[in-house]
Amino acid sequence: MKKPVLEVNHLKTHFFTDRGEIPAVDDVSFHVNEGEVLGIVGESGCGKSVTSLSIMGLVPNPPGKIVGGEILFREQKGDKEAFEDLVKVKPKRLRQIRGNQVAMIFQEPMTSLDPLFTIGFQIIEALKNHMKLTKKEARKKAIELIQLVGIPRAEQIVDEYPHQLSGGMRQRVMIAIAMACDPEVLIADEPTTALDVTIQAQILDLMKKLNKEKGTAILMITHDLGVVAEMCDRVVVMYAGKVVEEGDVRTILKSPKHPYTKGLIQSLPKIHQREKRLYSIPGNVPKPGSIKTGCRFAARCSEVFDKCYEEDPNLLELSEGHSCRCFLYEKEGEVAHV
Amino acid sequence: MSKALLEVKNLKKYFDVTGGVLSRKVGEVKAVDDVSFEVYEKEVLGIVGESGCGKSTTGKTLLRLIEPTEGEVHFDGVDITKLNSEGMRKLRRDMQIIFQDPYASLNPRHKVEKILSEPLIVHGITSKQERQEKVRKILEVVGLPPEAAKRYPHQFSGGQRQRIGIARALIVNPRLIICDEPVSALDVSIQSQILNLMEDLQEEFGLTYVFIAHDLSVVKHISHRVGVMYLGRMVELASNEDLYDNPLHPYTKSLLSAVPDPDPDLKTDRIILEGDVPSPSNPPSGCAFHTRCSECMDICKQVRPEFVEIRDNHFVACHLYNDDVMENN
Repeated sequence: MKKPVLEVNHLKTHFFTDRGEIPAVDDVSFHVNEGEVLGIVGESGCGKSVTSLSIMGLVPNPPGKIVGGEILFREQKGDKEAFEDLVKVKPKRLRQIRGNQVAMIFQEPMTSLDPLFTIGFQIIEALKNHMKLTKKEARKKAIELIQLVGIPRAEQIVDEYPHQLSGGMRQRVMIAIAMACDPEVLIADEPTTALDVTIQAQILDLMKKLNKEKGTAILMITHDLGVVAEMCDRVVVMYAGKVVEEGDVRTILKSPKHPYTKGLIQSLPKIHQREKRLYSIPGNVPKPGSIKTGCRFAARCSEVFDKCYEEDPNLLELSEGHSCRCFLYEKEGEVAHV
Repeated sequence: MSKALLEVKNLKKYFDVTGGVLSRKVGEVKAVDDVSFEVYEKEVLGIVGESGCGKSTTGKTLLRLIEPTEGEVHFDGVDITKLNSEGMRKLRRDMQIIFQDPYASLNPRHKVEKILSEPLIVHGITSKQERQEKVRKILEVVGLPPEAAKRYPHQFSGGQRQRIGIARALIVNPRLIICDEPVSALDVSIQSQILNLMEDLQEEFGLTYVFIAHDLSVVKHISHRVGVMYLGRMVELASNEDLYDNPLHPYTKSLLSAVPDPDPDLKTDRIILEGDVPSPSNPPSGCAFHTRCSECMDICKQVRPEFVEIRDNHFVACHLYNDDVMENN
């Protein structure tokens, strides 16, 4: 049995705007086990990116604020294990953990590198913050990292600037920076969305390799179910700030329970099948915070009944490791105690 | 087979690259480099390729929103590259375009009614009553409520805005619509709504689409025939079934195998291409794909392969199939 390295419990991240308080992440719980790839899927505005930014302590404040819940990160001290709550730790301690034990790569490799500094400088910056290295050692390590992520001509690339590299290469550099201190958890927020399919295949391949060889757990945030099937061991499906279904990748993609997950999978055109007509979920993706009571999906659900508009459904555990937030399964499942 | 509505012959679009204080021409980007194909009446021709392959430029040159450098585009027998601007304006009633970004392609200061009436005014429908009637009808066709006419674009979601974009193209009863990445900015659950709508409209009004997209699954779903572009060139063109079941060009093969499938039981042998797409300002000699091709031969580096019909309606530009061409001849 694998043990969790990161546990998110009842996380609530709200944004305080002129139009009132918006619960972007509304009571979200999940955990990432050591060495596994966990996917978070959902459409725009479902809170998947805010969840990842909350873990890194990067939610812009104001207007955003974590108003409840805990983010427990496992700290290995010799044989002992202790959990630290990243919501409560002091900023100085958070800086030690961030980039060192938990690292993140972002969607846009074009904007997340500083155009004024060389690739080497930006990798060394990450190294210097967390390790005691001489200049020479740091440079050597930077070159090793560039080689690790599969960039040719590492000795030259180290002195080049981001604009001299292509999108795929820049994303590799981002991964090199994130992997600089051998983190235990790597958070990847839509790492391949801005890339072409052939380059996406290269980057996914690299991330899989790092996951296998270094045992880095990956929290993969994406809207692409194809990427999920390719990469993930377990999946969390989010809708309007809430987790609606969680399970291992096969269960979620092959026998989903929640009407939203079902609809999402059916509405995808598949490359290896021919379908006459696509299924489609009626209505629009709700704006965060626009639905206050009842099931967030009720207005678009094909199996909706009165209760769905009145009460919030609980996350029910249907079988081990598979839970779903829907009244349809009240008889089958027990209320998950997370 | 129905007749060709659009015939594209040796279409080229080179963009000048200028540099220095005097902005002299220092080079050119071959965005579209000698592309030929036909679009039949009432069919959907999909064009796929990665970013920078020239698929959008091709779409826009078909309408002369970008002037082609060389080549001919015949629409219903008329070479549109020779038309003057007045002739072109009249012809655009039959050829419309839907853009990728529903956020940027609608004027935020105009109400939907004005946005939809504008093409009618341009094409000479001057009675206000008639225009209002048409706007009301077209909104119903694309699945928007009649009240939508009185609202501004920002009051709609992405999917609804794309419906407005479709309505604007459709309102002049065109025969051909160029769809430039119409669903790539939309969420999955909205994407299928728009795809279904476009299919319904195509059947109902007997439309012809040129459907440009980077998503291979979307193109497969909607198209009858599919063309694959790489670095400004068409490398393969075949019927939907033929292309997806039997790709011939090594680039098409690797492109298809690179798409992650949402079925965890399907584990295909992935061909992972090395390196990046070369710059179109300095494309490789011979076959543009030879720098990344696993089956590269000597001839590929020197001679540009011709785009020829290998089998019935299956065109490919690759030296691997030179022998097949001989046999055919």
